[in-house]
Amino acid sequence: MVGYLVVLLLVLAAAAYWIGRTRAIASVNGDVARLHSLPGQHGMFLALFAAGPALLAIVLWSLVTPGIESSIIADRFSSELSGMGVPQVEAFIRDARAMAFGGLVGFADPAKEAAAAVYKSIHTTSTWIIWAVALVLSASGFYWAYSRIAQAYRARHVVERVLRAFLIACSVVAILTTIGIVLSLIFESLRFFQQVPFYKFLFGTHWSPQSAFTGAGTEAGAVNQDIFGMVPLFAGTLLITFIAMLVAAPIGLMAAIYLSDYASKSVRAIAKPVLEILAGIPTVVYGFFAALTVAPYFRGIGESLGLNVASESALAAGVVMGIMIIPFVSSLSDDVINAVPQSLRDGSAGLGATKSETIRKVVLPAALPGIVSAMLLAVSRAIGETMIVVMAAGLAANLTANPLEAVTTVTVQIVTLLVGDQEFDSAKTLAAFALGLVLFCITLTLNIVALRVVQKYREQYD
Amino acid sequence: MNIMTEASVEQKLSSGTNEPSIKMKGEKVSVHYGEKRALFDVDLDVRENQVTALIGPSGCGKSTFLRCLNRMNDTIDIARVSGKITLDGEDVYDPKIDVVELRARVGMVFQKPNPFPKSIYENVAYGPRIHGLARSKAELDGIVESSLKKAGLFNEVKDRLLESGTGLSGGQQQRLCIARAIAVSPEVILMDEPCSALDPIATARVEELIDELRQNYTIVIVTHSMQQAARVSQRTAMFHLGYLVEEGATDKMFTNPDDKRTQDYITGRFG
Repeated sequence: MVGYLVVLLLVLAAAAYWIGRTRAIASVNGDVARLHSLPGQHGMFLALFAAGPALLAIVLWSLVTPGIESSIIADRFSSELSGMGVPQVEAFIRDARAMAFGGLVGFADPAKEAAAAVYKSIHTTSTWIIWAVALVLSASGFYWAYSRIAQAYRARHVVERVLRAFLIACSVVAILTTIGIVLSLIFESLRFFQQVPFYKFLFGTHWSPQSAFTGAGTEAGAVNQDIFGMVPLFAGTLLITFIAMLVAAPIGLMAAIYLSDYASKSVRAIAKPVLEILAGIPTVVYGFFAALTVAPYFRGIGESLGLNVASESALAAGVVMGIMIIPFVSSLSDDVINAVPQSLRDGSAGLGATKSETIRKVVLPAALPGIVSAMLLAVSRAIGETMIVVMAAGLAANLTANPLEAVTTVTVQIVTLLVGDQEFDSAKTLAAFALGLVLFCITLTLNIVALRVVQKYREQYD
Repeated sequence: MNIMTEASVEQKLSSGTNEPSIKMKGEKVSVHYGEKRALFDVDLDVRENQVTALIGPSGCGKSTFLRCLNRMNDTIDIARVSGKITLDGEDVYDPKIDVVELRARVGMVFQKPNPFPKSIYENVAYGPRIHGLARSKAELDGIVESSLKKAGLFNEVKDRLLESGTGLSGGQQQRLCIARAIAVSPEVILMDEPCSALDPIATARVEELIDELRQNYTIVIVTHSMQQAARVSQRTAMFHLGYLVEEGATDKMFTNPDDKRTQDYITGRFG
């Protein structure tokens, strides 16, 4: 129902644009040059006032209504709901809503059906109210703006100001979302740290949260604090990232040097997009590749050399992850190498340096800060990668530096902790948030360092 | 490096008693950038221990000709050079010639100062290092010091040789680039508008320097400033639309040119 209202308002806006334009032109008898603002700006002005406030009201309404509706239901059925805990009340209202508007219902009973009927009638009323409010706002906005359009009216200023407000609102949404995500991570992590002290989490070397509630003999809810040590996960992450960078850094850098300084235009035109296709392959496909092709291959080599290679090895996951981030390294490095001024290359060539001497002794040192930051960004990408590791490196937390064994990473454990039907407030589930927080801090630090390095680099050429 | 071929001996003998010998010789030099022809059959000689100025309006081909002399046009994919350019009688476009060695003998200073983002010392030591000119650290120190002295920069930077070359002023940077070129002991130094990014005082210093360097090196300079050409050069060549209009002793070119276009350009009627 409200969807139709939005469509109607958009149609009104289009009509208002046209009307405003026409009126502006008519106000000067077609001599457009006499208008303070362009006819299109008058049209935009009218459209903004005809649809803007109404759309804003709809957004507010959709944010506020569910809460109001739930509280009305909770109020009307307070006798039925008395004695229930918070989750049960939430479930009751959720079911009532599902029965009213279609959806999955847990289980039905007469009280819920009554609640659903009430829910439906309240919602119908509130929909009528928003229709009325929106149409009134739209009409009055249109009337007010229409009466203002005149030769000297500064429609351009109004439109510019409204657009600026809109852009600010967009960036505020982005920033608030980030802050919200960080805050939710922090609060859930704090709940976890109430059950498991943070030093045991940060410095413990044993990770097996699947056995969080030790045996049948322990009392319900007692948490074994010693099995939440994140060190093995962190070590696994570092090991795989290290292997990945061992693959990606040299190959990516060499490819970037070839593309920027050696490749002819036609080769570059083909090779660069092809390399960037690597970045477009879904990581889950890399996961197949790692688990089904690379891992058995490494195991075969290992067996022929007499080594014992696990079928899910850090090596396979790391190598495939390295292949995945090659385009990151090469594309970013290519940019910074290209940013080194041609005059430096000419200066070096003019002294009789060969191409490789010029690249080794002038171009790369000048581009080094940028290359370092490219590497750091690639590292933070590798640390955050999940799918390849889930498929190729295994789930067993294993504190080892041997790349031939199975290890697991922070991201993989977050996935396994949250998949499955666990109570949401158990230590096991909350551990995922603490891991997420640690991961966030690491990648944030890496990104900040990378940005700082880039800034320093920019200052170097005036 | 300094093997005199028969041709260069002949040139020396035929060039008369007062005229300095011919160091570099261009014969019917033409350059195409893709489809576009930038230089038409230019014949121009560069004489030893003299400053040869190339003048002319923008886009006339003077920089293109300059870049032919040490094959810097090789770095541009679409550039094609025909004709013959010799250095001491050797064809520089001969496939047997090593372009790296050629550029060590014919150094270049660019329009915009382009010191490497390294220390002042490393900037000057760069060329000697890649050509293996110094056998010891002490010898390298000596080359750096004498090059900086010849470029008239040593006294200003002797206390901060390890600071970045990009931190110097524009004029100092350009003299650093000249010192860098001198450090590989070239025979010819090409300068592509070396003062166009400098203020008048820094320009005067560089011009003085060019005059001093003439004792030991052969210099070819591209310039947009008539006064500069008149002040520093012994011979001047006037280019226009890819053709060499006129070439001769600077005194004569600026007082009594043969070609009307030279007259017009020098007196500021076009260009």
